[in-house]
Parts: sequence; structure tokens; C-alpha cells
Amino acid sequence: MAQAQATKFKNPVVNWIDSRLPIFTMLDHEYNHYPMPRNVNYLWAFGAIAGIMLMIMIATGLFLAMQYSSHTSLAFDSVERIMRDVNYGWLIRYVHANGASMFFIAVYIHMFRALYYGSYKAPREILWILGVIIFLVMMGTAFMGYVLPWGQMSFWGATVITNLFSAFPIVGDPIVTLLWGGFSVDNPTLNRFFALHFLLPFVLLGLVILHTAALHVCGSNNPLGIDPKGPQDTVPFNPYVTLKDGFAVVIFMIIFAVFVFFMPNYMGHPDNYIPANPLVTPAHIVPEWYFLPFYAMLRAIPDKLGGVLAMFGSIALLAFLPWLDRSKVRSCKFRPVYRQFFWILAIDALILGYAGAMPAEGSWLVIARIGTFYYFFHFLVLLPVLGKLERTRPLPNSISESILKGGGSIAAGAHAKPMEKA
Amino acid sequence: MRALKTAILSAALALGIAGAAQASEGVHIPKQTWAHAGIFGTIDKAAAQRGFQIYKEVCSACHSMRLVPIRTLAGIGFKEDELKGIASGYEVQAGPNDAGEMFMRPGLPADRFPSPFANDQAARASNNGALPPDLSLMAKARVGGEDYLYAFLTGFEEPPADVHVMPGMNYNKVFPGHQVGMPNILQPDGVTFADGTKATVEQQAHDVATFLTFVAEPHLDARKQMGVKVILFLLVLAGLMYAAKRKLWSTLH
Repeated sequence: MAQAQATKFKNPVVNWIDSRLPIFTMLDHEYNHYPMPRNVNYLWAFGAIAGIMLMIMIATGLFLAMQYSSHTSLAFDSVERIMRDVNYGWLIRYVHANGASMFFIAVYIHMFRALYYGSYKAPREILWILGVIIFLVMMGTAFMGYVLPWGQMSFWGATVITNLFSAFPIVGDPIVTLLWGGFSVDNPTLNRFFALHFLLPFVLLGLVILHTAALHVCGSNNPLGIDPKGPQDTVPFNPYVTLKDGFAVVIFMIIFAVFVFFMPNYMGHPDNYIPANPLVTPAHIVPEWYFLPFYAMLRAIPDKLGGVLAMFGSIALLAFLPWLDRSKVRSCKFRPVYRQFFWILAIDALILGYAGAMPAEGSWLVIARIGTFYYFFHFLVLLPVLGKLERTRPLPNSISESILKGGGSIAAGAHAKPMEKA
Repeated sequence: MRALKTAILSAALALGIAGAAQASEGVHIPKQTWAHAGIFGTIDKAAAQRGFQIYKEVCSACHSMRLVPIRTLAGIGFKEDELKGIASGYEVQAGPNDAGEMFMRPGLPADRFPSPFANDQAARASNNGALPPDLSLMAKARVGGEDYLYAFLTGFEEPPADVHVMPGMNYNKVFPGHQVGMPNILQPDGVTFADGTKATVEQQAHDVATFLTFVAEPHLDARKQMGVKVILFLLVLAGLMYAAKRKLWSTLH
């Protein structure tokens, strides 16, 4: 590697460190000069928002862990002690509990943004696959975190979800025993879930660093889905995008604060304020809202193994998205047919979420089955076929041409974000 | 087409939000007016004190409140000497002493409310097999919260002709399954309020629900007050950020 220039930074201490460990050069390169397409809209802020949510979760989680007891006879009471007696414990816990939901909201918007603008396509396949892995690890972390307060939904949610693995032939039962640390959900289960819940966020952090590294190789996608052709198409990340993302983060924090301070238990289930009782099953065992679409798929299939495969398959499928979507055009702006199907998929996900919250019987079961079928149909049939058949609109020559002259094929489209005017 | 899409999307979104709220078991729980509702709402301390009186004189015969220290009542306006007086009205077990024996002593504000029964089995044995649930978190542990508690406490009535109520059970129109071990315990003028408030069943139910909301969430007032400040700060910050961002991006054209 080339020697770092001796006079790069004004501060001699920074310079001294940088010539030995070029961390400042790296930060300068990746966060000051990193070229962002100048036409990115506010949907591009959700990556930064998700990153900040991860930091908030790690920070609040650390302080909760200092007060929490991971023993079945103490867990529920120790959480209540945090709520009542620990200084600002109620604030830390409500930020952590609602933060999980807000983290998922940010990540879901981030994912749908990628779907809409084709951000998973070449050369961003590995970036996307890392994102799918982050999503999976996040789900595992959130699930184990929900078990820790040891309320009724904690216990029964843990029982239902860990039992899923028993559907697999031969390896199923040993896996479940290993997860439980015994022959039922009990103290060893709670203990290992606490240990893993503490570990996994740092795994997530590592994955996020890889995700960002992969992003910075090929650069960010943009609403037009075409590559920047030069400096006229981009702005330096700092200060342009830091300020824009910063504004978006503050707006997101306002919504977050509304939940934390004024409706902190809205996204939770009342049953989790009842201590876990292995002898009393709640009337309806429902997971947290962010798992509901997957829970609906699980219950839609009449066969246990089939349901489990459908649920895991629905996420595993996403990793193959870059090869299922055959279209060379990234952005939905130039894909009039796919755009309609994108919105149908989004509605399908919401309907599945609603069906997941309802009892799995009668018309809700039928709706869940249709929704599940459509989900797989979209990815396995529609996407490959559309890529071959769809007549896409002509792409603009460059980002700067299409946004600064105001003309071109996309200006009339309502999805084209007007450039901010002074 | 666009209007249609927006309509479908917003309908689906509304559906999704309603789904997250999780519908209760069919019985409609009417909303009551609460002093602690809304952004600026705070616990009605007089009502909560009356509610505490009902808890002490009526509910605590069967229901524990094991997670709540007596000192928590400072949050509804009891002074330190009043708290000491309330606490000393309870006997709590302490020890072992130098002779190795457990002994009873008068309660202190730092003690938690003593439970009426030694354990769940003793509670069931004295209550026809039913377990009176702990009240520490009752206002947060039921769908409908304090509205449910009010509806439940005022919901005892004669069973409809086609409903057979099992021996020892009572009919309640909002309880899931309608049959509950707890009898209709609140009676008109069953308690005498020191502040002269007339103790109707509705008044008592409302007061005790206010009290249980307070004990389930003793920092409710502090939480909302902090929330107002935090959100005001964030709104100002958002305005500044937006102005700075516009000014910066305007130089690009």
C-alpha cells in the first residue's frame, strides 16, 4: 500500500496516527467524499435510520442488561423493578421495546425501497444478500428479546416458535432440545436466549459494517436506477447527504418519541404483563406485529413441515431475488407493469400481516392461503416472466440531464421526485 | 388509477394498523373519560386516593399487589408521615432474628404491599378454586386497559335466561366467557369517602380503575411531561435541520 501523504491533515496528531493507521483517510474517503447520486430521495435515509436504531438498541440494551435477571423466578419482577425503581428505567425499557418495532419499520421501508428501485440488481447482489442475512439475524434477535420479560406471550411465543424446528425430520427434535437446553421451555432456555440476545446485536453490527463496505464499492442506487456518469451526477456525502439524512432521522425520532412517551404499550400485547405460566395457555398466541406476515404463511399451510418451509422459504427466497428478476432495468419508474405488481405485493404483505393477527380459521385462513400463494407467485413466476416480456420505458442518458433540464421521459411521472428548490 | 391505488393502499394500511391493535373478544368495551388520558393528561390524585381506599378496604381482602412498594403512593399525593402511617397499618414478616426465628413487625414505606394469602394454593383454597389475580399490572394486562376494568367492575348483572351459571360463579357481561369467580363486590356506599364524594358503584369503579392505572404505571405523569418537552425540542431541531438542508442544497443549482 502506498504511503499516506504526510501533510494530508492539519492536525499533527491526526496526521501522525493516520500515517500509521490510515483510519482518518478511510473515514474521509468513505464519509466525506463518498459520491452519492444527487437525485436520491428521502427513502434513501432509511439505511442511516436503521443504523441509528441499532445503536439505540445496543445502548439501551446494555443498561437494561445491568438490571435484568435471566432466571425464570426473577425475570418478570426484575423487569418491573426496572420500570418502577431504576432511575429512568421506564424510559430505557420503553425506548428499547418500542425501538425494536421502529427498527423493523425502518428496515421494512429500506427493503421495499430496494425492491421498488431494483437496488438488488448487479452489481449489488452481495450487498443485497448481506441485507437478507441482517434481516434474518434481526428477526432472531427480536424474537429472543421478546422472551426475556418472561410474560405469558414471551413464554408461549417461545414455545410455539422453538417447536417449529421439530417439524424437520430426524434433526428436528435434537435441535429443539438444544434450543431449550432441556425438554421444555424453562430456565435454561431463558438463560441461553439472554446470552444470545446480548451476542447477536454485535453480530448484526459486524454484518452492517460489511453491508456498508459492499455498498461503498459500487455506490448507492438512485430513483432512476442508472449509474452516475461523473461528478455532475453526484454530491459528496458530507455535508449534503449527512444533513438530508439528519433531517430524516429527526422526523423519524419524533414518531418514535410519540410511541415511547404517549402510547408505549400500543405495539405490545397486554398478556405480556401477566407472568409466564406454563399451565395456562393464552386464548390467542400472536407474535410481535413485525412477524405477523410470516406467521400467517406458517399457519396457511395445512402441513406443519410445509408451513415451516413456507415461512423460512419466504425469506430465503429473497436472497435469490437478483437472479429471479431478469429485467436489466432497475427502477420501477421505467417498468410500468412491474410497478403495478410491486404495489400488489406491498398490499399482499399488509393483508398477510392482518391475517396473521386473526385466528387461523374461516375466511381469514382462506385469505392467508391466497396471500401466501401470491407472495411466492410474485417472486417465482411473475418476476422471471416480466423480465422477459415487459416493454420498459427508455432510460434517460444521465442523472444530471434528467433532473436539471426538467424534460425527458420521466418528468411527467408522479413518482419522479422533484428536485428540492431553494 | 392513481386515486384508486392510493385508496386501496390507505385502506390496507388502516386495516394493518387495526390488526396490530388486536381486536378483543367480541364484547364492546365503552371508552370512559379519564383525567390521565391524552397528551397532557395526568393522574387525578384525589380519585386515585379514593381508589386506594377502595383497594385497601375491599379489593385487598383477596387481591395482592406484590410488585408495588407502599412508598409508590407518594405519587398520588400522600405525604411522608401519611405513608408511614399507611405502612404501619400492615404487618410484615421479617427476620430471622438472633434466635433464628421469623417475626412480624409494622410495615415501612419501603415494604411492598403484603399479599392476603401466603401462596397461590392458599388463595385458591379460600376462593372456591379461583385465583384472584395480582393487581400490580392489571391496568396494562387486559385488552382495553382501565376502560376494561371499569366495564368489568360495573358489568355484573343477572344472567340471561339461557345462560346457566355454574355454582360459585357470577355472571359478568364483559368478562371473557361471562362466568367469573369474583362476586359483584362494589356496593353503593360500600365505602365512605373522606372527601364527601358519593360512593356510587360507577364512582368507585372509576376511582379504583384510576388507582390501578397509577400503580401499573407510576411514572405516567413524568413520562408524558418529558414527552412533551422531547417532542417540542425535536420539532425545533427538525425545523433547523430542514432550513439548513434547503440552504445547502440550493447552492447546487
